[in-house]
Amino acid sequence: MLEFNAQTIAFIVFALFSLGGALGVVTTRNLIHATLYLILSLFGAAGFFVLLSAPFLAAVQVLVYIGAIAILIVFAVMLTRSMTRISDLYNRQWLLSAIVAGILFVVLLAGVIVPVWGVNGTQIDRPVSDVVAGTVDLGKALVDQNQYVLPFEVASLLLTAAMIGAIVIARDDQE
Amino acid sequence: MNEVVCSINHVVKCLTDAGVTPDLANLLTIIGGVVLVATVPLITVIFLIWIERKVAARVQDRLGPNRVGPFGLLQTVADALKMLTKEDITPIGADKFIYNLAPIIAFATVILIWAVIPFTPLHIGADLSIGLLYFVAVASIGTVKIMIAGWSSNNKYALLGAFRTIAQLLSYEVPLVLSLLIPVMIAGTMSMQGLVHAQGGMWYVFMAPVAAVMFFIANLAETGRAPFDLLEAESEIIAGYNIEYSGFKWGMFMAGEFMHAFTASLLAAVIFLGGWWGPGVEQVPVLGFLYLGLKTFVVYLFSLVLRSTVPRVRIDQLMALNWKWLVPISVANVLVTAFLLQLTKALGLAPQTGDFAAALPQTIILLLGNLAIVLVVLNLVRNIGRNERMAAAATDAAVGHSEDERVAVGAPGH
Amino acid sequence: MAVVHEWAFIGVFFSLAWVFPFLPILGARLLAPRKPNAIKQSTYECGVETVGDTWVQFKVQYYIYGLIFLVFDVEVVFLFPWALAYNQLDFFGFFAGLVFIFFLFDALVYAWRKDALEWV
Repeated sequence: MLEFNAQTIAFIVFALFSLGGALGVVTTRNLIHATLYLILSLFGAAGFFVLLSAPFLAAVQVLVYIGAIAILIVFAVMLTRSMTRISDLYNRQWLLSAIVAGILFVVLLAGVIVPVWGVNGTQIDRPVSDVVAGTVDLGKALVDQNQYVLPFEVASLLLTAAMIGAIVIARDDQE
Repeated sequence: MNEVVCSINHVVKCLTDAGVTPDLANLLTIIGGVVLVATVPLITVIFLIWIERKVAARVQDRLGPNRVGPFGLLQTVADALKMLTKEDITPIGADKFIYNLAPIIAFATVILIWAVIPFTPLHIGADLSIGLLYFVAVASIGTVKIMIAGWSSNNKYALLGAFRTIAQLLSYEVPLVLSLLIPVMIAGTMSMQGLVHAQGGMWYVFMAPVAAVMFFIANLAETGRAPFDLLEAESEIIAGYNIEYSGFKWGMFMAGEFMHAFTASLLAAVIFLGGWWGPGVEQVPVLGFLYLGLKTFVVYLFSLVLRSTVPRVRIDQLMALNWKWLVPISVANVLVTAFLLQLTKALGLAPQTGDFAAALPQTIILLLGNLAIVLVVLNLVRNIGRNERMAAAATDAAVGHSEDERVAVGAPGH
Repeated sequence: MAVVHEWAFIGVFFSLAWVFPFLPILGARLLAPRKPNAIKQSTYECGVETVGDTWVQFKVQYYIYGLIFLVFDVEVVFLFPWALAYNQLDFFGFFAGLVFIFFLFDALVYAWRKDALEWV
């Protein structure tokens, strides 16, 4: 059923970016290289959003994850001097973290697949792009009292709390 | 659609008639369009460097380049040829692949912005529904190039310069994005072409002058132009993140910087100065190219004169200006504009049609709101300045007084 | 499929954009002389060789600015859909935005009061 058209090619390219980048992150010993692989991986994810007709989320992905979080990771790497030279690829907890990561992967996979395809693989919902028409509807839903206005305000509160927490921790560290 | 797109449609038809499959024909036309859009900045940058040197020279009472070609026009070409033959040095201990990647990213991210610039009502690379956010996102990749250039050079000055620059770019992105919220709010669209169309009645610089000024200042900082050229700061960190680059790789950083400055002016013209709008543009769409170029040039010239006349700010002043002035003003501006927009809608003054008369009442109300913000800010500046002056005068007086006493003790006969 | 067509343009642009800076660099590599030696390739730090690790530890202030920026960035991302739909909202929409921005401003005031915005 796989049609060989431009979208399929794009999907394969983005999948390679995404998975290759992720593989690079966990196999390289240089933390800056790891960050660059992470950027590649996140870029692939932004491509998926475009293919899913969610360009707003693609732009957000690039803006927030590549433009801000990747840079923050570099700052964090630079701040922790002892982490800059890593000689061992694995530490003692590798088995434990492998198990945790595996369980998390299965849970997430089930969480994505079951609502869309159902347990028997028969129930196929409409794609999300059919349900939500676009960014304007997102904006309206965010401040509609029957929809998401409470999560919207709570998100703001959460971000404020995150910033206050970060400042408290960072400032205490300095003194 | 007109010429480019029209001819593109024509090209598709031509190619399919000639026996090429439709998919391939589409791909070829897209590639042709990409090359066309990308060549515009490449050609402009040659003239930009000449203009920049000429203007800087005139401001400083010099002649500027005048030997190569008429009026020294070919100076940049000569420079580029010279750069081609310059030895390219890679420092020992540099991370080779990343070191070579940085100048390419630096140049490419600037060209990529041009994909969403509406040159005329019909000529645009790609009219994305999120065009404005596309520009912000691509510009934010620019921080990555500085980080990897500074890190891969294996030089402490480069790394130090890179970190400073990233702190600057990140900080000034906040007022930049906040000021972009206002055109989006008024126009109700994020597509670049849609934003320009929405300015048919009134340019946004009149409806939101504070946002326009914020956008201009933040862009000066984002492109590393004086007074925000801390990323160069020859006297402190010897040119910063690109210190180890030579030959054409260095040239790519420089060309990227010049082009970014021009692109910023272009965006200001598109978002706040009505883009391609001008007399007769609806009949002859190609005129839009001329109007857009003219508006861009005015903004660009202003930033050039500013560049050669103002001194560089210190890094702590830079941060204070951003976080203590620009960000609060931008946030207040968003709130005031949001309130006034609801007010005009409630009063029934929101423009129903896209002409000048219909947009006038709303513009006047928004303009008054902006004026109020400006007055409050000026008042704050005056009060803070006066307090500082009085505090300084008080300490001066105290010091002066003790000196007087000393003089009196030391010279009793006085 | 006009939308897909627009994004195809962007995709091709992303795939080709790196060629434009790459070609002159390649040309320079072919034309320019290449006679490397140890002194020429040493890093330039006012004439003195790099002492110790280049990887100096940075002050925490950079990280704090990065965090404040990140919070504002995420907030603005929430505000863009709000601004986009603003023409179709009523006063309730305005107040929802007001409360949202008020919290945002709160964070800035906190950082200001805690001197987190000071460079030194």
